[in-house]
Amino acid sequence: MSIREANERALVRLTSAQPVLVDCRPAREALGLDERTVLHSGPPLLWGQACPTVQAAILCAIRYEGWAADDDAARRLVERGRVTLGPCHHAGAVGPMTGIITASMPVFVVENRPGGNRAHATVNEGLGKVLRFGANDASVIARLDWLAREAGPLLGAALRSSGGLDLRALMAQALRMGDEMHQRNIAASALLARALMPHLARVAADTGAVARVADFMAGNDQFFLNLAMAAAKAAADPCLEIAGSTMVATMARNGTDFGIRVAGLGERWFTAPVNTPEGLYFPGFTAADANPDMGDSAIVETVGLGAFAMAASPAVVRFVGAGGLRDAVRVTEEMAEITLGEHPHFRIPTLDERGTPVGIDIRKVVETGITPLINTGIAGRAPGTGQIGAGVVRAPLACFEQALAAAAAGRVAT
Amino acid sequence: MDEIRDLFGREIRVINVGLESFAVVLESLGVPVIHVQWVPPAGGDPARARLLALLDDEDGA
Repeated sequence: MSIREANERALVRLTSAQPVLVDCRPAREALGLDERTVLHSGPPLLWGQACPTVQAAILCAIRYEGWAADDDAARRLVERGRVTLGPCHHAGAVGPMTGIITASMPVFVVENRPGGNRAHATVNEGLGKVLRFGANDASVIARLDWLAREAGPLLGAALRSSGGLDLRALMAQALRMGDEMHQRNIAASALLARALMPHLARVAADTGAVARVADFMAGNDQFFLNLAMAAAKAAADPCLEIAGSTMVATMARNGTDFGIRVAGLGERWFTAPVNTPEGLYFPGFTAADANPDMGDSAIVETVGLGAFAMAASPAVVRFVGAGGLRDAVRVTEEMAEITLGEHPHFRIPTLDERGTPVGIDIRKVVETGITPLINTGIAGRAPGTGQIGAGVVRAPLACFEQALAAAAAGRVAT
Repeated sequence: MDEIRDLFGREIRVINVGLESFAVVLESLGVPVIHVQWVPPAGGDPARARLLALLDDEDGA
């Protein structure tokens, strides 16, 4: 099979995925996650190399699980190897920003109907002081407790009652309503709530619980982000076994390293130091307060959403630091320079119904020097701060150069 | 030499490939210019260009 044929096969597999939201269950059940494991975003990460914001989130998760009473005791567990760290991606999951997942946390279950493979993501905690941005106080743990005790089980029961929600159709519609599904998920969250609420009301024994979950969803414009990520992973993972393809199947960051995986090169990560996002900051914060790039959320750019679909989302353009609609169209057109094709289902009205650019080719990235652009939230670099802004960040070229060298070495060897 | 003299004796229309600053100067002098955006593959780096040559679309995997 030629590289072109392999890439055509990978692109079809990526874009013909049909992710369906089927359940919400504790990570220990859905992922088979060990009791003493903390999952994090991005490629593999050693404790000593983690940035302070990620370390703070890991320690907070250990306290949340009750494995340690305070941060000092939690730190000792990690340093002595009594708690294991691992990437979400290796456990069939994705997590935004710090990406922390432990056994008790409820995770959404997304099934790719053609392949039957599944991907998972936590329930988005909302804005402000939240674990994914490295916040770690009592309010963070109280919210996590409520998600595990009340919201997760209720969402799971509602989803099982629904028989599954078609996320591809929902995402295609949300794109037409102005979401790019990374920094803007207002339409997708509303569409999800509309589809889910009748089932929530039907399965709940307690109307108070329905009201609390409904309030929580209604108060979080980014509720759908984690589902977009799980849907994207469910679509991208089956591409990791297509020999010869030079298409990127994973992009993820852990606050220290940016990592990619390539369809024809299997589970191997190619990493380089992350960049720091540039964008707009909440009052009182500046670029000097920004944490380096992190999160598994770049999986949405991997499937042609986020910055790649910037032209579909005029409302988000200024929020992420770009100038106006013309700049947004320029970003989408620039990403088309490094992709294999257009998405047949994710179409952009402002570009005369053209599909979003999708299927990043490592050869095109190295040839042009154009690196993928990613829309992202910005966390504070001081542990416990939470979110301080939103912006854009580039993937480092070195990841793609390493992958290209590996692909060429494989070619020479055959 | 005569041909060059003839060329500059007529109206000049330019296709500029690569460095855009050349096109900008000519445009400022009122010369019609079409600029073609082009950079050498892989930033002109020979080692990376060799790797790219090994991974042509028609190569077998």
